[in-house]
Amino acid sequence: MKRRDTGGSALNRARKLGFSFDGRALTGIEGDTLASSLLANGARLVGRSFKYHRPRGVMTAGSEEPNAMVEVLRDGSFHPNIRATMQELHQGLEARAQNCWPSVRRDVMAVNDLLSPFLGAGFYYKTFMWPRTFWEGLYEPLIRRAAGLGRLPQSHQDAPHEKAFAFCDLLVIGSGPAGLMAALAAARAGADVILAEEDRQMGGRLLCDAGQIDGMPGGTWAAGVLAELTDLPNVRLMPRTSVFGAYDGGVYGVMERVGLHMAAPGRTPRECYWRITAKRAILATGALERPIAHPDNDRPGVMMLGAVASYWHRFAVDPGRVVVFGNNDHALATAKALAADGMDIRAYIDPREIAADAPFKTYQGEVIGTRGRHGLHSVTLRHQGRETRLEADTLALSGGWNPSLHLACHMNGRPVWDAGIAAFVPRPDMVPGMAVVGAAAGQFSTHAALMTGAQAARAALADLGRSAPDTPLPQVEDAPYALTPLWQVQAKGRAWLDFANDVTTKDVAQAAREGFASVEHMKRYTTQGMAPDQGKSSNMGALAVLADATGGTIAGTGTTTFRPPFVPVSIAALGAGGYGASFAPQRFTTSHAQTRRMGAPMIEAGLWYRPSYFPQATDRDWRCACNRETLYVRHAVGVCDVSTLGKIDVQGPDAARFLDFVYTNTMSSLKPGRVRYGLMLREDGHVMDDGTCARLADQHFLITTTTAAAGEVMRHLDFVQQAYCADWAFRLISVTEAWAQFAIAGPLADALLGHLLGDVPDLPFLGCTPVTLGGVEGRLFRISFSGERGYELAVPARYGADLFRQLVALAEGLGGGAYGMEALNVLRIEKGFVTHAEIDGRVTAFDLGLQGMVSAKKDCIGKAASQRPGLTGAARLQLVGLRPVDRQSEITAGAHLYPCDKPAKATYGQGHVTSVSYSPTLQSWLGLALVENGRARHGETLRLDDGLRGLRTDVEICNPVFLDPDGGRMRD
Amino acid sequence: MIRLKETSAIAQLRLPTLADCTLRVLPPVRITSIAPYPGQVEALRARLGGFPAPGGVVTLQGTDLVWAGRDLAFAFGDDLPDGLAAHCSMSDQSDGWCGFALQGAGAQALLARRLPFDLRKMASPGSARSVMDHLPVLVLRRASDRFEIWVWRSMVQSALAHI
Repeated sequence: MKRRDTGGSALNRARKLGFSFDGRALTGIEGDTLASSLLANGARLVGRSFKYHRPRGVMTAGSEEPNAMVEVLRDGSFHPNIRATMQELHQGLEARAQNCWPSVRRDVMAVNDLLSPFLGAGFYYKTFMWPRTFWEGLYEPLIRRAAGLGRLPQSHQDAPHEKAFAFCDLLVIGSGPAGLMAALAAARAGADVILAEEDRQMGGRLLCDAGQIDGMPGGTWAAGVLAELTDLPNVRLMPRTSVFGAYDGGVYGVMERVGLHMAAPGRTPRECYWRITAKRAILATGALERPIAHPDNDRPGVMMLGAVASYWHRFAVDPGRVVVFGNNDHALATAKALAADGMDIRAYIDPREIAADAPFKTYQGEVIGTRGRHGLHSVTLRHQGRETRLEADTLALSGGWNPSLHLACHMNGRPVWDAGIAAFVPRPDMVPGMAVVGAAAGQFSTHAALMTGAQAARAALADLGRSAPDTPLPQVEDAPYALTPLWQVQAKGRAWLDFANDVTTKDVAQAAREGFASVEHMKRYTTQGMAPDQGKSSNMGALAVLADATGGTIAGTGTTTFRPPFVPVSIAALGAGGYGASFAPQRFTTSHAQTRRMGAPMIEAGLWYRPSYFPQATDRDWRCACNRETLYVRHAVGVCDVSTLGKIDVQGPDAARFLDFVYTNTMSSLKPGRVRYGLMLREDGHVMDDGTCARLADQHFLITTTTAAAGEVMRHLDFVQQAYCADWAFRLISVTEAWAQFAIAGPLADALLGHLLGDVPDLPFLGCTPVTLGGVEGRLFRISFSGERGYELAVPARYGADLFRQLVALAEGLGGGAYGMEALNVLRIEKGFVTHAEIDGRVTAFDLGLQGMVSAKKDCIGKAASQRPGLTGAARLQLVGLRPVDRQSEITAGAHLYPCDKPAKATYGQGHVTSVSYSPTLQSWLGLALVENGRARHGETLRLDDGLRGLRTDVEICNPVFLDPDGGRMRD
Repeated sequence: MIRLKETSAIAQLRLPTLADCTLRVLPPVRITSIAPYPGQVEALRARLGGFPAPGGVVTLQGTDLVWAGRDLAFAFGDDLPDGLAAHCSMSDQSDGWCGFALQGAGAQALLARRLPFDLRKMASPGSARSVMDHLPVLVLRRASDRFEIWVWRSMVQSALAHI
């Protein structure tokens, strides 16, 4: 193969591009794909096959390519399974063959091909049965090393990718004659049209067909239409764009190659993952030419006839001496046209009787073999009872055409068999709002493509309520398409069906013999159609061979299920913008900047970033800081930003009624200016969340949630309001973001407030009141999550940063300071207060010892369900405290608990540890745990076993309230 | 007596440079949520002089009433009449939101890529609640080429990164 001196509609011959393949420096031309440039450089061998490591070359010129998958180096990493037919050439492109060692020409694993008699379908299911333990340790690693499609890069993917949305009236998928005609008709009617084409150039087969439209070459007509579409403001042309999935509601998954063809894309996204919502869609994806299964049909140099034509016309690739093996009129016509254009076609072979009017030799016969170690040298054919060998560089196959209808099947619609073209065609309305036109619908002539494209556009416009202007159909051929199906040549030797996964006709026949006669079973047993090309060139052939082997019909055998994605898509693009810091939104409190200035390491809580602790130079480690901060609260005063707690405003005449409905306890009896601890259940009776409920005024409540469950509680309350009490006069809204709120806790909390407010309001425990701070309206709550006398002070968020700064300064002046999450955790464990470590979604109020909070006087969400058998009683895991028998012996959260005299086996499990901390107040490790019948077992000793960390120690079950059990410190 | 200084969540952030449009920070504005109780919309409309339908914006003297969700409007501005409390709940949301103005010939095209709803249909003026890469947003269309994007105060840095 070589480059022709003239031609090549896709090429800009003025610009040469240097690239390398397998370390070989080569030169291509701007406009080339990697595949076309390799062919033009005579590089027919581009890779090794999946299982047998057979030499493989380029077969097609499109996204259906099963063979020419290579590794491309970019962005400091290599990317496997890049289809050379889809990778545009750019200066400096580095690519290499995959599945071979040490080189693609001398691949030692090619020995597999000699072992092929033992490596048929399902061989490893049968061969590697014994001994059982060898599978994971030995067999599978060996098989993975010997077979496979590329290697995964081990580095992080940090090249930019993008996600985007688009909406349109009409999405036209494919820009061949049918797609262009549909887009033109719809665009002229003023509809918003998106025309997506996976190739760099629009025009589809018009770019390489020899036919005329309106008396001009098809490519010229296409260029004229595209020029008109480009000028219309209601049209978006999207080349390099593959529509890979059809989903509910007219949503299509679409991948646009944005920077993959650039030599230095910089921060340009490599790809953009679009979600396009279209009111109507027209599928004009054309058809895929199918190969013929004859012996040794996988040799480099064996290509599809359409691909040979495409490389000839678009990329000026001269395929050398060509033998064409076809079974249809289109193949013969194409061969004649190519010969007339100067291609060296040595012979045309067809099992049908053909007229001898061609400018090349014709044979009524079949190809029964090929030769050539790393590339085709000759073709052996059988005709008139004789075998003839023809010297050839290229064998061009054309077994007919399969409509490219995959997208139409993405909602589980099944196509129907059309015996006239020996192919499956789509039914109407397989995807709501989508029409299939042209070759994708089995209408193979250009005339039919244009006509069905225009008709579908008119129908879509009518659906959209638009009138369609008269768009005359161009004059064009309407040649009939005739073929005699030929799925496999009966001859000795292996004939490939699925090139990408190395599946032969024998494998399919064997599957049928062994009982895998359903097409879905055959697929999984042989792996046919399960490679990156998803069997685009093999599905039809395989099911035809299966039908033959089982004595059934192709229509009766049916197809496998076509699922998204239509073409391989990169995970990096699907996850665009969703990794690193962008994995989830980051939420920062108003005190964030000050907290960072104080050197606090931040931890994520929900989406919030909260300080873990505030280090000082004298701290040996984090625990020193934690101990110090804990003791601030126990002995002086500590300040903590608690703005992250969910804050929900509930107002209205029926607000109290609503709160009684969603809380287990009664809120309607709460007096204005008072706060009550509350518990909320899910509808299934398990605890959803806990928090406080403050009555700010008669019809105005402010409830708080835990940080982690704020969103869940808001959603729950919205649901209850909308589903169960939509006619009640109340409304709720989140005010979390509007307020900055700080805990001020410790015996000197009042002293700090005195500095701040002048007069400290005389608030009882669980009281609340409005306060004014230098003219700023705030709210003061006397509540405590530490067990000490404490307050929470809230101000509008714009003042949060300054208030925090001043609170910390005041606290430090009183011998205290800021405290972080570690100290907060110690403080609450000392008091036995629960968080979502304990409220893990499986516990009931009974389990937490809070059954007394479920009012007997009223109903509430979840109450009935919480009374089901099994949700209370001695068999439940109940909240307890834990202390190690040796108080200084570390205990760990997540550890399991067992009787001291039993082994650490699930059978003997007594429960698990939910939270632990070291208490500087009590000079002991403390834990909270959920233990079977735990409340009745205080004083009992269990064995704590943390298999993950290798820790084992004896612990004593006790009351979960370790400090100040009667609550005097926070109440008085 | 303590004095508290205001701190803007966005004043210190660097805004990205965009082609075909400009992005700027909107000054703080008083935002009040107004959620009519069942059956009170008409009474509220009469008292306010209007109330936005879904997706709508009603401009009153000194205040814009912006649809902000089911049974919910946000009043942007200071001038609200007295006597609303009998008909609706109200809460001060001023500090919970930060706004950006996006203006220019390319504003709609840029925003359309980021928002999962059909911006072509958005009225001017108009309002929409949506998400932008998992961030809740309130989008206002002030003119054909001028949008406002309001995000939660705590997420403003992430929002800028996504824009």
